[in-house]
Amino acid sequence: MESIPILHMGDFLLVTIQTDMHDQIALDLQNNLSKSIVQTGARGVLIDISVMDIVDSYIARVIGNIAQMSRVLDAETVLAGMQPSVAMTLVEMGVTLAGVRTALNADKGMAMLRKISGSD
Amino acid sequence: MRTKVWQCYVRSPGATSLSDTSNDEIAPIQQESDILWIRQLVQEYAAELGFNSLDQTKLVTAASELSRNTLIHGGGGEMIIAKIQTERQRGLRMIFEDRGPGIKDIDQALTDGFTTGEGMGLGLGGAKRLVNEFEVAERDGGGTIITVTRWA
Repeated sequence: MESIPILHMGDFLLVTIQTDMHDQIALDLQNNLSKSIVQTGARGVLIDISVMDIVDSYIARVIGNIAQMSRVLDAETVLAGMQPSVAMTLVEMGVTLAGVRTALNADKGMAMLRKISGSD
Repeated sequence: MRTKVWQCYVRSPGATSLSDTSNDEIAPIQQESDILWIRQLVQEYAAELGFNSLDQTKLVTAASELSRNTLIHGGGGEMIIAKIQTERQRGLRMIFEDRGPGIKDIDQALTDGFTTGEGMGLGLGGAKRLVNEFEVAERDGGGTIITVTRWA
């Protein structure tokens, strides 16, 4: 079973979610991310979902968990690239993704991370 | 067989029941990969019915929520999908059936809003908002039958 790769870029970690994550992959991602944050001292995590055209409440929960876990480890999380139809569907469902900052794309996401983590 | 039906919306008058449709399809929900297949299936049906891209996203997302619910909380089951037709409109109907423990408190499950990080999140409340008709029934002999419909 493949796991989602975590890229290390300076002070930040970058994760691209491309497919539906089922339980084990999601758990592995959360575990691997927390280890990476500690090992690298990363100040922020960028989660890129620009390729995802369906995001259900399960995925939203995983993303929320990652954001919470990162915060505990003193790192910020930014969710980048949410497709408009995904955003509208999540809003209509009542999924709030509370505590997760969002950015239009990965570029803006990185800029946001630099700003809020005080790097640069 | 159904007992104890919670009906959240009024059906459109003249809607045909599922048994009247000739073109329904059954998809098993026994493992995670079945959810992916169901998403594809629902997207195809929705596109054929002429739903726009946003509505297709909503239908696929609702199907994802409900099939995951069937798998995780219902112990597995199946989805029946059909195009339905009344005099005035056509739509997509999906029925999610399992033989699991049932839902203890349906009212609560339906009114539960959910945010990320909350434990329960049966996904019913969210899915309910993405369709026009939403019906939860307790299955005779145990289990749950959830029927949803969206009009094109």
